[in-house]
Amino acid sequence: MKPFTHVAGKDCGRIVFYGLSTCVWCKKTRRLLDDLGVAYDYVYVDLLNDEERERAMAEVRRWNPNESFPTLVFNEANCVLGYDEEKIKAAVKL
Amino acid sequence: MKKEIEISDAAVDALLQKLQREAEASGYHLNNDRKFVRELVGGLLVNQQRYGYAACPCRLAAGEKAADLDIICPCDYRDADLNEFGACFCALYVGPEVSEGRKQAASIPERRPPASQRRAAKAEISAGAPLGKLSQPVWRCKVCGYLCARGEPPDICPICKAKKERFERFM
Repeated sequence: MKPFTHVAGKDCGRIVFYGLSTCVWCKKTRRLLDDLGVAYDYVYVDLLNDEERERAMAEVRRWNPNESFPTLVFNEANCVLGYDEEKIKAAVKL
Repeated sequence: MKKEIEISDAAVDALLQKLQREAEASGYHLNNDRKFVRELVGGLLVNQQRYGYAACPCRLAAGEKAADLDIICPCDYRDADLNEFGACFCALYVGPEVSEGRKQAASIPERRPPASQRRAAKAEISAGAPLGKLSQPVWRCKVCGYLCARGEPPDICPICKAKKERFERFM
């Protein structure tokens, strides 16, 4: 079973959000995605059990060797690290 | 999946007041954005309950204290980030420019090395350089850089109040 939660919205390709439930920059990033009204999948890595967490971290490392949060992956092609309003808006291409 | 922990407003207020007092007493500033800081302090309290120590809310803790010592708030990376970016990684602590409203805190790059590099670095750390002519070993607070020459580090850093376990042998 995949640990992701889906948020419905406009289809802008597959957007995957990796974050932490305690992180304020992660909260701001999700608020931005919600305000933009796009569809995305999110997961809070700190809430996962060990096995799921290792799998999620392996995926985060593929895009972001610094292993920081939030990590946003767009269409399995590019990623935006941290809360970066301009880069996120550019990547969403509304 | 683990459950999220609920934190009361009163608990946030109490810790926020304590952090504010300690920061100002040692020359640091908390972010003035009240709502933002309250959320961060809530995250610290969640981690305190979850792990038994207040790991950085913006970083993934391993849940083993020995592996997370560098990210117990205030983290080992705070002062370098304050100098370079004007705020720590979370932006709980900010420099004078942000504190005085001349600059806005932003999301900054992660300075903490990834887990694989941290493990490698730990394996390389020796007991410290030879004593040479020093009459006492020198201890360095990894949080703020405070140095003291004495038999062992103080229980609490007099400058930033970090605990003894956060000191390293410097000379």
